[in-house]
Amino acid sequence: MKETKIAVKDLSLYYGDKQALKDINIDIPEKRVTAFIGPSGCGKSTFLRVLNRMNDLIDHVKIDGEVYIDGVNIYDKSLDIVNLRKNVGMVFQKSNLFPKTVYENIVYGPRLNGIRDKKLLDEIVEKTLNQAAIWDEAKDRLNENALSLSGGQQQRLCIARALAVEPEIILMDEPASALDPISTAKIEELIHELKLNYTIVIVTHNMQQAARVSDQTAFFYLGELIEYDRTTKIFTNPAKKQTEDYVTGRFG
Amino acid sequence: MEEKDFFSKSADSKYAKRIGKFTRVKESAIKFFFAVNGAMALIFIILIFIFLFKEGFKALEHIGLLDFLFFDRADASGIHQKVFEWYPTSEEARYSLVPLLLGTLLTAIPATIISTLLGVGTGIYLSEVANPKLKEFLKPAIELFAGIPTVVLGFIMLAVGASFFNDLLNPTNRLNAFVASIGLSFVIIPIIASLTEDALHSIPNDLRMASYGLGATKWQTVSRVILPAAFSGVSASIILGFGRAIGETMIVLMCAGNAANITADIFLSVRTMTATIAAEMGEVSQGSDHYYALFFIGIVLFTITFFLNLAAEIIISKMRKKNTF
Ligand SMILES: Nc1ncnc2c1ncn2[C@@H]1O[C@H](COP(=O)(O)OP(=O)(O)OP(=O)(O)O)[C@@H](O)[C@H]1O
Ligand SMILES: [Mg+2]
Repeated sequence: MKETKIAVKDLSLYYGDKQALKDINIDIPEKRVTAFIGPSGCGKSTFLRVLNRMNDLIDHVKIDGEVYIDGVNIYDKSLDIVNLRKNVGMVFQKSNLFPKTVYENIVYGPRLNGIRDKKLLDEIVEKTLNQAAIWDEAKDRLNENALSLSGGQQQRLCIARALAVEPEIILMDEPASALDPISTAKIEELIHELKLNYTIVIVTHNMQQAARVSDQTAFFYLGELIEYDRTTKIFTNPAKKQTEDYVTGRFG
Repeated sequence: MEEKDFFSKSADSKYAKRIGKFTRVKESAIKFFFAVNGAMALIFIILIFIFLFKEGFKALEHIGLLDFLFFDRADASGIHQKVFEWYPTSEEARYSLVPLLLGTLLTAIPATIISTLLGVGTGIYLSEVANPKLKEFLKPAIELFAGIPTVVLGFIMLAVGASFFNDLLNPTNRLNAFVASIGLSFVIIPIIASLTEDALHSIPNDLRMASYGLGATKWQTVSRVILPAAFSGVSASIILGFGRAIGETMIVLMCAGNAANITADIFLSVRTMTATIAAEMGEVSQGSDHYYALFFIGIVLFTITFFLNLAAEIIISKMRKKNTF
């Protein structure tokens, strides 16, 4: 196995009094794709948000435990959360482009980092749109409202926008759930290429998708991490009965 | 199944349920009730409109349109001079609206600027910063503030505010455009704050998450994403506030000093269009030139506020359409 990028130790999360995550321990390797699967409401999105501290934006959330990225506890009190989120990018289930042009959407992150040079920004736009496999479709529409693109294009643009900040880790919450099969295939292809340079964590409801894109898979159930192993093992020979029932479609 | 069979079954199918006669009558009665209400409101507005314009345009028969701009005074040696004065009760009555228009602008514009800074700031605080519990208390409190009778605000400004600013700034006149515009701000800040909060609040949370997810701070998110996305709503709130400042009467009547000066000096007494109507309408004899002149001012006011409100409405409805993506 590759080196560990993210190490989670005894993590519990509460929404008010309700416990949504229970004592999660998991090591996520560098430059691999890790998939989170499990029935609706089991805490996959919640756990994903733990990894870039997006839960901090929700009221009444309480978190116990530690999350180490490259050996640094990101829940350390003095940690710069804004800097953390620059290194841990996120792609959401529903594309959430800004009501601005395609170009402005991509350069939003770089501009936050103080990049003003027009030539450099142009380069970033071309590079990230290429990475996200949408350059050909978008190159003539850079100055159009991003919301005028199709749903699948918008989602790839969201990925490009996240890449423009040059994160090391990309969290994806069901990035293809609202897309047609062709757009989904494009996104999966994209994930394959991205893992050469990025550590990717993806939540998905689609078993085939998890099997296709991921190297290891974590199965969550009712806020607990039930089983975590190589994807091939999870799908062919899971250790736990619950996992087997879930991946074979017997419940959930 | 035979086709005939299929259709003959229809009577006892569960899809065959009909609406009772009583329900239908009730539905139409309710519709009628609201239609009448709506129509009444519309009719009253139209009647006011007709009355105002009918009386106002008579002014143009009594007093020429040019006379509302300036008075052409010829002295003994035959030299003509344009005088911009509002002096309707003089022997040589002068009806220039210029000083009144200036007075209105000199109170309404500073008030709108002050209220935009504080009102938009408050709106941002309510929508983006205040925790939900505090907001639940603050927003109604601010809206309640907008409901304080303006005569009370005028009185407070007259009794306390004017002296305070007199000591602080030592203005030319104790009652002046500045004091009035501070008073107006008390009315307009809540309007702008409340509407700005609505506009910001209507921006989907997804956009905030996208921004934070890219490593933006709260302030960067507000200034680069939320405010631009809500731009039309915020500008509509400012226009509505400006319209309200122009139309407001009691505060300017009590605090602006009511001297129809031609000036751009904010520390001088001025007289607004609204204050002129309020102060003089009670004393004119109906049908006199002065009476019609006041109606004409009414038309000018009505037209200005009508178009400001119209502009705001158009901007807001455009915003609603745009937000449905
Ligand atoms: N903001 C919130 N406030 C309170 N409870 C929440 C909040 N978000 C999620 N929850 C609860 O936490 C639990 C886990 O939710 P989460 O969204 O993480 O599930 P999920 O596995 O992503 O589900 P899905 O597959 O449907 O997206 C659920 O019971 C949910 O009701
Ligand atoms: Mg989810």
